[in-house]
Amino acid sequence: MTDRYDAIVVGAGHNGLVCAALLAKAGKSVLVLEANAQVGGAAVTREFADGYSVSACAHLLYQLQPEVRKELKLALEMSAENMATIALAEDGQHVRLSGESVAGVSEQDADSYRNFHRRMTRFSDLLRKYQNKAPPRLGRKDFRDLLTLGQLGLDIRRLGKADMREFLRLIGMNIHDELDERFDSPLLKGALSLDAVLGTHLGPRSPNTIMTYLYRLAGDHGRVASPKGGMSRVSDELARAARGAGATIRTSMPVQRIIVENGRVTGVATEDGARFDSYQVISNADPKRTVMQLVGARHVETGFAQRINHLRASGNAAKLHLALDGLPTITGVSKRDFAERLVIAPDEHYVERAFNPAKYGETSPRPVVEITFPSFRDESLAPTGKHVLSAVVQYVPYGLKGGWNDAAKDAFTQTVVETLSSYMPDIAKRIEASELLTPADIEREFHITGGHWHHAELTLDQFLFVRPVSGAAQYRMPLDGLYLCGAGAHPGGGVSGAAGRNAARTILRGEKAA
Amino acid sequence: MKVQQVHQGRLKSPFYSRLAELDTVNEWHQWKGYSSADALYCEDTEYFAIRNATAVFDLTPMTKYRISGPDAMEFLNRFVTRDMAKIRPGRVAYAVWCDDQGQVIDDGTIFHLREGEYRLCSQERHYAWLMAATIGFDVTITHETEDVASLAVQGPTSFSVLDKLGLDGLDALKPFGLMHFDFEGRELMVSRTGFTGDLGYELWIEPDAAEALWDALFAAGEPYGIRAIGTHALELARIEAGFLAAYMEFLPADETVRTGRSRSPLELGLDWLVDFKKPNFNGRRALAEEKRNGSTWRLVKLDIEGNKPAHHSYIFANEKGSKGEIGFITSAAWSPVCKQNIALGTVRTPHGKVGDSVWVEVYYQREMHWSRAMARATVVDKPFWFPPRRGVTPPGPY
Repeated sequence: MTDRYDAIVVGAGHNGLVCAALLAKAGKSVLVLEANAQVGGAAVTREFADGYSVSACAHLLYQLQPEVRKELKLALEMSAENMATIALAEDGQHVRLSGESVAGVSEQDADSYRNFHRRMTRFSDLLRKYQNKAPPRLGRKDFRDLLTLGQLGLDIRRLGKADMREFLRLIGMNIHDELDERFDSPLLKGALSLDAVLGTHLGPRSPNTIMTYLYRLAGDHGRVASPKGGMSRVSDELARAARGAGATIRTSMPVQRIIVENGRVTGVATEDGARFDSYQVISNADPKRTVMQLVGARHVETGFAQRINHLRASGNAAKLHLALDGLPTITGVSKRDFAERLVIAPDEHYVERAFNPAKYGETSPRPVVEITFPSFRDESLAPTGKHVLSAVVQYVPYGLKGGWNDAAKDAFTQTVVETLSSYMPDIAKRIEASELLTPADIEREFHITGGHWHHAELTLDQFLFVRPVSGAAQYRMPLDGLYLCGAGAHPGGGVSGAAGRNAARTILRGEKAA
Repeated sequence: MKVQQVHQGRLKSPFYSRLAELDTVNEWHQWKGYSSADALYCEDTEYFAIRNATAVFDLTPMTKYRISGPDAMEFLNRFVTRDMAKIRPGRVAYAVWCDDQGQVIDDGTIFHLREGEYRLCSQERHYAWLMAATIGFDVTITHETEDVASLAVQGPTSFSVLDKLGLDGLDALKPFGLMHFDFEGRELMVSRTGFTGDLGYELWIEPDAAEALWDALFAAGEPYGIRAIGTHALELARIEAGFLAAYMEFLPADETVRTGRSRSPLELGLDWLVDFKKPNFNGRRALAEEKRNGSTWRLVKLDIEGNKPAHHSYIFANEKGSKGEIGFITSAAWSPVCKQNIALGTVRTPHGKVGDSVWVEVYYQREMHWSRAMARATVVDKPFWFPPRRGVTPPGPY
């Protein structure tokens, strides 16, 4: 058996698996090394209490690229497709969003929303097209770069004069101003604000939140799905595809460092002392961990190390998992609705106010919450008659003043439960067990520096040509043999597989050219 | 209302009292916050002190950083383009450092003071860039410009002066070497380095011993024609030696806005300082690419016909200038010691190979009216001034 591979992928996150599978399909010998016992990175199903399982980080699927599904022939069974969003109101007068329609608002708002959604979808389609390409480098005379750049320009122009202007006006803007201009319903504005800021360190009044909203839509026109068996189903399926194509995947093998010899990457060393050789090491880890920790800043140049060091990558979203002895009562929500996505963001100011403390290292006293009941759709996740509540909670800063400890976690869990109680009065007494994953926990358990689900904040200064940083936006790092294939690379996070696929294609194309 | 006058924030070097005593012309400028003399009595006389006797120049405003810690050597090796592993303790290296694009930020000298302890000396300040470069290294950077008083003691009689000062064993000091001596109970560091292209030394001591050192030095140098000098005289000697100066031959890359206005070490004739055998240093990737694809610019030393200094001149490929300019002069002077009209310039490749003839458009003014002459210039290889005594150890007495 040889310990030399054509390519080594560090981390079996969903992007790492997609990249490995595509490289293996192209005939490469590929080794994937995963630190955790399970493949999938942050896309995994874990048991968090006796008999209760949940998708640990990512819990909804809205971005898995059709290209990835097709090329890897993924067989995925969904427990829910096209979930509606119910914006919860304390008095039970909820607003319900599904596709381009919205119920529970005025006729005028419903009309406005239809127009808004159509236009946003049009813009997000444009974004989607470029999510599946390596971003072009600027100032280079490379033909492919110029072509992509030209196409991008042309595609923006082809929106037509009015939409092009609108696109260029909106792309750097904050979502609050736009929503405020279009809609009256506070609940509608709150729910849309939440969609724009979920997973980011941004509030609805932060610039750039229209871009993050478009990013969310870009996956599948905003359609949200949930795989049967939780996120591990996706990851296991990707792993199956990778193994089927000939890749070797080894779990519980944390990579200690990426070996650099004579100015190029030559392999990896694992924490248990093993060494694997390859001239191509593709890191699914976040850019900071990859460069500062696994490679070491001394092996790259100062400007690059400094840019990576300055990456904004502190997470602000937590996951809360509750094991419930039964479904809670929610006024105005029918039993069927537990299959949908429920959000607590009663108005856009609420979301902004929730963000305020996070700027100063404090948690939100009234957090923004995205709730699903995966066990309602998928009985395998909880004991019969019992249920799991899976929630993304914002804002929960990575750098909490005073640091994260059990007391801080208990206190915050209490805060979330109190917030939930306003809508589900009986929730507290139904809780049998709970698990809170703060960004600090996500960092430790899933090896994501800062615990940010996009690996690096998804903002215009860290987007497209400059994601993660300028000079490294095409998956190839400025160190021979080192590549990035995770959420920190273009286009960003979410269980999409786009970064992994683009990275694999870049590597294969580079070899063809050489 | 009484207006509170704020004292002008200009620093005085520890040698200021002595310089002020000698000063007769009162011509000073600001150099990185310090008052520095353009000239003290007559720049011509001062220049001839450099070339014929011993000139003393106050180097204190030179930016100085102490670099220490377990990773100091590795840090510097990534920081500069040359191989610092070869620079043993007691040696000094001229070095150049670049940004990631391989463009020169500055040049300077690095003194390997003791095992693992270095001093970096340059014209410009670089604390931010140095600190950025420390990411991932166990190294400490200390800005010590104000903590070290330094003098350049340059010229043919400089060894004799320092020998007279009682620096026993200095005769063994080779060019780019450094030694530590005791001066009245203080540590005096002496390096055989300088900016004049001649035999010369630089002296480094704690600021509170500065005046005593100056006095002893001038007492010892009296029979050898010692003189204090200002920057104008030094500048002429610098051009004769063919040394580069920031903001003259190159613009620090971190100060440059327009693309193409900075220079790489290869474009400055510093290929010998770029060690591609080192696996990583700032600018390596870009410089390797430049090496493969060819440089845009080339630094040239020009020997120009006539005696009119070619300040700020365009350089042309032919006398008529019919093919347009190919570059321009960056520093020019009539060299009294070489009896040559000399200049440094930057031209586009492939122009400017050694031995090439180019034409320089010299503008000069006579009684208010401007005239223009095209002067033939030859690209030369060696520094204009390079006396054998510069490299001889032990240096002879003069």
